[in-house]
Amino acid sequence: MPVNRLLLIGYGNPGRGDDGLGPALAQAMSDLFPDLTVDIDYQLTVDHAALIAAHDTVIFADAMIGLTDPYQFAPVTGTPETLGSHQVSPQAAMSLAQLLFGQRPQAWTLAISGNDFDQLHEGLSPGATANLAQTVAFLRDWILRQQNDSQTALG
Amino acid sequence: MPEPRLIEISPVTRVEGHGKVTIHLDADGNVDEARLHIVEFRGFERFIRGRLMWEVPVIVQRLCGICPVSHHLAAAKAMDQIVGVDTLPPTAEKMRRLMHYGQVMQSHVLHFFHLSAPDLLFGFGSDHIKRNIFEVIRQNPELGLRAVLMRKFGQEIIEATAGKKIHGTGAIPGGINRNLDIATRDRLLGQVDQMLDWSQNALTIARTYVETHADMVAGFGTFPSNHMSLVTADGGLDLYHGQMRAVDPQGTPIFDQLNYNDYHKVLVEDVRSWSYMKFPFIKTLGPEVGWYRVGPLARMNVASHIDTPLANAAHTALREFSGGLNHSTLGNHWARMIEVVHCVEKIRGLLHDPDLQGTDLRATGERRSEGIGVIEAPRGNLIHHYKVDDNDQVTYCNLIVSTTHNNEGMNRAVKAVAIKHLSGQPKITEGMLNHVEVAIRAYDPCLSCATHALGQMPLQVEIHDAQGRVIDRAAQCL
Repeated sequence: MPVNRLLLIGYGNPGRGDDGLGPALAQAMSDLFPDLTVDIDYQLTVDHAALIAAHDTVIFADAMIGLTDPYQFAPVTGTPETLGSHQVSPQAAMSLAQLLFGQRPQAWTLAISGNDFDQLHEGLSPGATANLAQTVAFLRDWILRQQNDSQTALG
Repeated sequence: MPEPRLIEISPVTRVEGHGKVTIHLDADGNVDEARLHIVEFRGFERFIRGRLMWEVPVIVQRLCGICPVSHHLAAAKAMDQIVGVDTLPPTAEKMRRLMHYGQVMQSHVLHFFHLSAPDLLFGFGSDHIKRNIFEVIRQNPELGLRAVLMRKFGQEIIEATAGKKIHGTGAIPGGINRNLDIATRDRLLGQVDQMLDWSQNALTIARTYVETHADMVAGFGTFPSNHMSLVTADGGLDLYHGQMRAVDPQGTPIFDQLNYNDYHKVLVEDVRSWSYMKFPFIKTLGPEVGWYRVGPLARMNVASHIDTPLANAAHTALREFSGGLNHSTLGNHWARMIEVVHCVEKIRGLLHDPDLQGTDLRATGERRSEGIGVIEAPRGNLIHHYKVDDNDQVTYCNLIVSTTHNNEGMNRAVKAVAIKHLSGQPKITEGMLNHVEVAIRAYDPCLSCATHALGQMPLQVEIHDAQGRVIDRAAQCL
């Protein structure tokens, strides 16, 4: 899979401590893979559907509370129950892409464990910083594997 | 004898951030009291202290992921004053206006089509399984597609003027840091006529809804109130800049052409023990009668006219239909779509203006220690007030956001609708509770709680008895 066919959406509010994990991951991956399509936003919104529909694979990266592992990588499954401008879930964004544009790329959520969301401040907590590093390493290897598999299939 | 009950809707769905509604029923099942509780972000005013004034227009965007541009521009306007600039170079002001119209347009479109359309198309008490945007799209895919593309157009304008979607840097103290290149202008011009056509179609939908449901709209959270917004020197609508005007329920000015630097002389923020959010009121009238509403419908009530022809005709039609001021809650949808048309008309005009390619981007002046910026954000009047020290560090910050201005109005709407639809009912259904949420959503409150990590924001409705015991619990429809 060419890396420019992969869309990474990192979302969250960097002004809310560990809520900035999604944007931080997206920025780090953009530095590692300049051709990767990266979108950084405060949250998922309905117009992400158009961007999603234009790619083969989508990864939704967001902070998560209550994870026991540093990160959790899982396919986007199921159907959304709702949609709000503050509450667009990956499932909802995928359903919109399918309903409006007839496209449903492969999609994963990449939840990164954080625990400091209560205070208005910039910067990640030490725990979140460590979790981010592990997540970056995981996603880097995952993307490289996808590229290798794609080249093998072509070869 | 039945005991009094307390019903909580927490958090309110399809509203930005977190909100909770508590409805107190007496022993006979009649609504005794109904309140909207909102967690406010007063912490931000402390957070901003000590920050350098130059970075404030960027940092304030972190207040909220929904309307960051409004905070960006309000803060920049305040910082203009601090750097001693009262008049921006034309290119700077027009770039900021373009950014603002793009923001208001996309915000209103999102609200109308994606948050409110399910209620309006299927009915407030309809089956909640189908009362969502996905069903709207299934039944009318063209409408759904237009809404997404209109919002995307607004986002493209924001990116072109602010630099990027998140933490835009376009507006700086005293001006703007970019102009609009020809290629981007032409790309936007290629879409704008289509956007105007779709905007007019959206306006027709909203107007028709209100006109064909006139009795229901009139009986749904309608009550007289004062209204407040910025206006131009001749009393017209201006979303970016102007003087403050407030009118009473009959439309008579309470104050007019007030320099917004004097906002604190006419507005007072009241506090109540049960809410974190303050209750502003007009000082001369006192808290009982001095509360007011802001936002799209308030702007239609306050402004005498609109300086773009299609929106002005729509404004006249709304006034004629209402027989003067419109005090309904659901009339906000009609007003919101008038503003979408206005914004697209303004965007089209600006894109044809060669000033957007100008190179005089920033003015300077004599340094001051205090600045106030006021703007008409999508949800209503937004006030940013700062003081800085000799080291350029912020020492004071006060924000009055649209949702705070509307606090009393929203609470009154909640109570009116709750009394009408919940009182005396043997069983409170999801559909009944949604009526209350519809009233809140009509104000499009932005609760500025931009933390949205996965796993948060569950929605539950709990019914408590007089002793505080939970006697019923259900997942509210989403």
